[in-house]
Amino acid sequence: MSQTYDRGTVEDFGRWREFRAGMWAWIFHKFTGWVLVGYLFTHIAVLSTATASDPTVYTNTLQGLEELLIVRILEVGLLAVAVFHILNGVRLLFVDLGMGLENQDKSFYASLVVTAAIVVASVPTFLAGV
Amino acid sequence: MSTQIEKEKSEEAAEESEAETEAGPQERRMSEKRARTEARERRRQQREQVRETEETVTLKVFRYDPEVEGKEEPRFDEFLVPFHKGMTVLDALIYARDHYDSSLTFRHSCRQAVCGSDALFVNGQQRLGCKTQLADLDDPVRVEPLPHQDVVKDLVVDMEHFYEQMHAVEPYFQPDDLPDGELEEQRQSPENRERIKMSTRCIWCGACMSSCNIAAGDNQYLGPAAINMAYRFAMDEREGENRKEARMRIVEQEHGVWRCQTQFSCTEVCPKDIPLTEHIQELKREAVKSNLKFW
Repeated sequence: MSQTYDRGTVEDFGRWREFRAGMWAWIFHKFTGWVLVGYLFTHIAVLSTATASDPTVYTNTLQGLEELLIVRILEVGLLAVAVFHILNGVRLLFVDLGMGLENQDKSFYASLVVTAAIVVASVPTFLAGV
Repeated sequence: MSTQIEKEKSEEAAEESEAETEAGPQERRMSEKRARTEARERRRQQREQVRETEETVTLKVFRYDPEVEGKEEPRFDEFLVPFHKGMTVLDALIYARDHYDSSLTFRHSCRQAVCGSDALFVNGQQRLGCKTQLADLDDPVRVEPLPHQDVVKDLVVDMEHFYEQMHAVEPYFQPDDLPDGELEEQRQSPENRERIKMSTRCIWCGACMSSCNIAAGDNQYLGPAAINMAYRFAMDEREGENRKEARMRIVEQEHGVWRCQTQFSCTEVCPKDIPLTEHIQELKREAVKSNLKFW
């Protein structure tokens, strides 16, 4: 190998314009996974401080959070992330079992549609408030 | 509705022709003249249509030459190539090289998707230049060398690492026992042939390896093509047990099959439509089966 031009990481990624279903599924799965890990830590932090003393602190904390509109909107987002992660996880289980590999793109689209449906259906419940 | 109108029209035409046959020489000459001008008009329109379809295609080609001063910085050159029906990306590149710039460098050999020399990154995806119709692509057509491989010159990438990975899975037979008789053949059942058929179609073009972003981040990863090669031999019933075990040990190590995260990129770009992800998954199961023991 004599002189070769290394195009670098930025160029390597930016030139991709045609991502296919499988790639999007992978990206979304990674993203939702990290979001869920982040939520888990906040969840533990909030609950462990709220349940430290008497039960009224817990009730007050949760009611205080639920009063905020941004928290309720974030909850819808959390549901979307969780539902997609679950459905795509099931899809990956089938892929690992070697079942329906030729329909992997359709199952990805199906999981997206189901996620959207569940999230839209949940919006009134979440935004209605306490 | 429409049929009625057509019927009316045809009736009118019939009446006209009847009137013409009855009319004198003056009218006949007039009608002939009219027919001639109509024919001329039709021919002119046809020619216009042809000229309209005779379009050109803009090629934007990645250029880079480390050995010539002033060409060390990579750039894109534009070539206007006259389009003809059935023209492929490789045809356009050959035209550009022969007519505009003889220094344009790219690999090609058989021009029929068998040699695997001309895998390129065309309009954001790995494709085989000789197998990709220009008619299927948006203008301008952006042609670049395969990503995640070092560029040697223009569209030529360094394939050495890819070939090393292909050889790393030891792609050769070592049957346990040879058939008796010097000229006896080692036979394979048709079912087994069907099983490995797709995996034998690999042409070593490197498109899958280039599309895999695990292989991009992990240089030691065997890559889809090499694992497919391992599959081709591991699943062949003529392969000896020892050899198969040795190959499975290579495949199931840290940078082997377990690196695959089933993005299906390799399967999507493979010009020979090899179900690469399926083969990788099957080897994963094989690896689990041989290692998992409950007793």
